[in-house]
Amino acid sequence: MATVPMMHALLVAGILFALGVTGLLVRRNILFILMSLEVMLNAAGLAFVAAGARWGQTDGQVVFIFILSMAAAEVAVGLALVIQIYHRFKSFDADRASEMKG
Amino acid sequence: MLNLLWLIPALPMAGFLILGLFGSRLSRQAIPILGAGSVGLSAAVSLWVAGSFFISPPAGYAYTQVLWRWLEAGSLHLPIALYLDPLSLIMMLVVTCVSFLIHVYSAGYMSDDEDMSRFFAYMNLFVASMVTLLLASNLALLLLGWEGVGLCSYLLIGFWYRDPVNGYAGRKAFIVTRVGDTSLLIGLFLLFRHLGTLDIQTLMERAAHQWPVGSPLAVAAGLLLLGGAVGKSAQLPLQTWLPDAMAGPTPTSALIHAATMVTAGVYLIARMHVIYQLAPSAQFAVAVAGAATLTLAGFSALTQADIKRALAYSTVSQIGYMFLALGVGAWSAAIFHFMTHAFFKALLFLGAGMIIESLDHEQNMFKMGGLRKELPVVFWTFLIAGCALAGVPLVTAGFYSKGLIVWQAEASSAGRWGFWLVAVFGVFLTAAYTFRIIFLTFFGEPKSHVHKRPGLAMTVPCVILAALSMVGGFVKTPEFLGNIHIFTGFLHHALPPVAATRAASMSEMGSEAWVTLALMAGFAVAYFCYIYRPEFSESLTRPAIGKALYRFWKSDWGMDWLYDRLFVWPVMWFARVDARDAVDSIYTGMARLCELFYHGARQTETGRLRWYAAAIALGAVIFVAVVLFL
Amino acid sequence: MDALFYIASAVAIIATFLMLTRMNVVHALLFLIVSLLAVAVVFYTLGAPFVAALEIIIYAGAIMVLFIFVVMMLNLGKRAAAQEREWQRPSLWVGPSALAAVLVAEVVYLLTHADTRMSGAVALGPRQVSQSLFGPYLIGAELASMLLLGGLVGAFHLGRRIREKR
Repeated sequence: MATVPMMHALLVAGILFALGVTGLLVRRNILFILMSLEVMLNAAGLAFVAAGARWGQTDGQVVFIFILSMAAAEVAVGLALVIQIYHRFKSFDADRASEMKG
Repeated sequence: MLNLLWLIPALPMAGFLILGLFGSRLSRQAIPILGAGSVGLSAAVSLWVAGSFFISPPAGYAYTQVLWRWLEAGSLHLPIALYLDPLSLIMMLVVTCVSFLIHVYSAGYMSDDEDMSRFFAYMNLFVASMVTLLLASNLALLLLGWEGVGLCSYLLIGFWYRDPVNGYAGRKAFIVTRVGDTSLLIGLFLLFRHLGTLDIQTLMERAAHQWPVGSPLAVAAGLLLLGGAVGKSAQLPLQTWLPDAMAGPTPTSALIHAATMVTAGVYLIARMHVIYQLAPSAQFAVAVAGAATLTLAGFSALTQADIKRALAYSTVSQIGYMFLALGVGAWSAAIFHFMTHAFFKALLFLGAGMIIESLDHEQNMFKMGGLRKELPVVFWTFLIAGCALAGVPLVTAGFYSKGLIVWQAEASSAGRWGFWLVAVFGVFLTAAYTFRIIFLTFFGEPKSHVHKRPGLAMTVPCVILAALSMVGGFVKTPEFLGNIHIFTGFLHHALPPVAATRAASMSEMGSEAWVTLALMAGFAVAYFCYIYRPEFSESLTRPAIGKALYRFWKSDWGMDWLYDRLFVWPVMWFARVDARDAVDSIYTGMARLCELFYHGARQTETGRLRWYAAAIALGAVIFVAVVLFL
Repeated sequence: MDALFYIASAVAIIATFLMLTRMNVVHALLFLIVSLLAVAVVFYTLGAPFVAALEIIIYAGAIMVLFIFVVMMLNLGKRAAAQEREWQRPSLWVGPSALAAVLVAEVVYLLTHADTRMSGAVALGPRQVSQSLFGPYLIGAELASMLLLGGLVGAFHLGRRIREKR
């Protein structure tokens, strides 16, 4: 179908991942951190699918399905934690929840 | 029926395990029944075994029961095996029966104590260890029992552990006896190295074959074993722990620190008598240790104010008699005195326990007095035991056993005039301090109020022991008094009789007369000082020299002071000085380094999520770079 | 088809960037959904129509709905946006951007040195994916279901404690 070189698809995945990392590090709001995580997971999935397409195999897509289910579970638990943190600290500030300081 | 022998140590051991594991879940009525019952059954089995031994003695008057193999390494074969001969039979019989009586007494004495199950568990473990010690067929098993009784002694001295003084006394006992135990252990190594076995009977045979009389190896072995014996039996120079051991509950003092454990040293030397026959100089050292101890402890006993400490010094002094007997080769006399001493000294401690409890834990004799009418049963049993200790002629057991030792101190081939003199002087001291205790406690004006009276569980064992203290001596009487030799005759199957008496020795009757004279002198002195003219005893301590002597004797001839200066202080000083040496700084340095790393690592734990994420991202970047460019 | 890939990629990257820079959570969520839809198109062009559908249904649908529920539950208004603006100082962007740039540079370097030919791509539909997923990857599928169950229990537990506290 597509004839784009795999390099381009992987490059897109790399850029999306880097954007996700930037968001993760810059934002203090936990909701944004979770969204950045979604972006990073998605980028990783894109890389798998592109690699799978390169070899004409389904394995890339299967791994993407695993990543998808993992992301779903992570978001469910993560959002429950967000609610918990919001109730405890009355804020989305991730730096407020620094009680595990050594 | 001899094959029931294994039950005798196994029953108290089972009692210990049950009480130790489930003690907290048992009801308070069940604990004494279990604790005393296991020892009672053990005593019944030992009576049964003894009966069948008398009726149909096994071949060679010795019976070995191999239970299982313990260690097999090269030429070392150590079975768990029990060896029964007349010597171990008599010791075992006395130990189990006296233990049973004291356990029954404890049921009354400890009935209010919250830790009763722990107490009975320790006591049962003690009986099991003591019987193991006595019945062991090889020296390694003997050592196991030997250390077991030491452990129980430590645990029971520090039984009321909430008072640090008791813990201190327990540690002192443990460490001082440890000095002797080390010597004993080296002795075992020496015997194994040169004779190639630890089985006692084989050892005796090989020693007699391989070593000539007076060989240096035999002397060394004898002295090393003597070191172990003086530690366990509280003889000079390791006697300092026993008076402090009185910190434990009184039944413990009666059982462990008077009747049974402290005589383990006597048993050890009697068991290893062949070594001492081959080493006359080691045997002489035994006699000297005994003679010196019996006088020094006698003087100390005269000056104590605490009734239990006075009795403790008396125990030390009486074991000194046993050592003297061993030292002059009168083996059976030592065992005879062990037996009678177990009866009357246990009784004295039990009586002292009842007095102390009825006076609400008052131990100072000078605050007692006039208890004769208040506690009649205690008075009569205590009086009988005191008479037996002093050796009142004809009616008490102590007279026969002690008389035999005094006579043989001179009459046996290894005897000396000096020993006889010391022994007779010891009789004088014994009578003086015994009647001093009795006069101070039971006569004179009452000085304290009696709070409660002992129950049946406590008085019945005392009455039985009082009866034994009176009739226990009739198994061996002098020639001029019936000439009965059941006891020594039986023992001669295990221990050699006294070597040929010297030609120019005094008659047995003459010796007994002197003993009686010394006894009466001691009684007279005590009567004069504490009943007839009480102010006279006080005037004795008034001049400087009297006061100094009094304090010197009361502090056990300054032994504790001396050992503090000689051993404790230098070690403490060295430990303080050496606390910062090179080796130490390596270890503290390691600790410092860990601490440093810890502080460094702690800095990274900011608790900030984004810093962690940044660290992970940086790590990923570096890792990819490493993969790319290296 | 190639053009579609490049357009969709550009949309995905721009939408993600815009998502990162929003101050309002709901706006950011909308851009994230746009980005996810664009990635779905990329999947389609790469010959993975099944995965493209899943991306839209589960990612852009279910997961984003969860986010929106949370935003609605916690009732974030203008105050939150103002707070957000206060937290975001431009200087904050320097370090993370540099780090991300290095990462991208490394990926580019890696990709230029690799074999990147695309095979004559064939569309691999649900049939092939399912045969693979429930064939050799069966254990992985089971583990994924367990993981989802774990997520369910965990989310339930964490949510319940809050209600008790109230």
